Amino acid sequence: MKLREVKEILDAEVIIGDDKLDMEVKTAFGADLMSDVLAFAKAGGLLLTGLTNEQVIRTADILDIAAIIMVRGKRPTAESMALARDLDIPILTTKYILFETAGRLYTKGIVGCLDKVDAPSGHN
Amino acid sequence: MHPVDITEKNNYQRSFYVEGGNFTYAGIVSTSIKSILKKMDLPVDLVRKSAIVSYESEINIVSYAKKGVIKLTIDSRTIQIEAIDEGPGIPDIELAMQAGYSTANQRIREMGFGAGMGLSNIKRYADVFDLTSEVGKGTYLKMIINRI
Repeated sequence: MKLREVKEILDAEVIIGDDKLDMEVKTAFGADLMSDVLAFAKAGGLLLTGLTNEQVIRTADILDIAAIIMVRGKRPTAESMALARDLDIPILTTKYILFETAGRLYTKGIVGCLDKVDAPSGHN
Repeated sequence: MHPVDITEKNNYQRSFYVEGGNFTYAGIVSTSIKSILKKMDLPVDLVRKSAIVSYESEINIVSYAKKGVIKLTIDSRTIQIEAIDEGPGIPDIELAMQAGYSTANQRIREMGFGAGMGLSNIKRYADVFDLTSEVGKGTYLKMIINRI
């Protein structure tokens, strides 16, 4: 679906990337731990997160993430906004919680960028 | 950043300075490395792997060391990234390698790191991973991504 539809489904506000709403997205990954994002997220997908600092933008850039969706009404810091503008990465913010954000997108056809990880990835 | 010539893709070397404790710029080196590799038109998955291992090691330098250098060396067979820092070093490498083990402070955790996943992530993406460290001096991490 187009990023424009994502915006509508999530009743989201576009903070950066008004000109990118025709971009196609098919997958998403959601986490607040950037190391897990780096381990599992795929290029061209959405990143759903509650973090707002510059490392979120850097991580999205490193992975060629299509757009960042900040959940729970979070907004990027001023530094993050400047960096996202520089690196040309769209940021949307939605008031839905992470679970609702994921669920609403999933029912409309966005799927996880992978369904399961192949092995336990720590924290054990 | 100086322009990159695509013909350099089989013979390139550059070092980047990394300042410890400066979270504002954490990741800037890896953004540059990714952009260099992209301009050289290297395969997307190699660019991605290199950028991920570079970024995790850059975060480690910023998080724990006084200062460090990230060295990018490209030849016809490999992309090599070395992260060399002056810092506290790692007393027990085996323990540090365990997924989930971390000595990160709150600041690092707020950035979305410090869950003890960095080194295992690097090991997961690098074809060669070589970590040595001297307590009180620093840490040397060599990561190689094979091109063939």
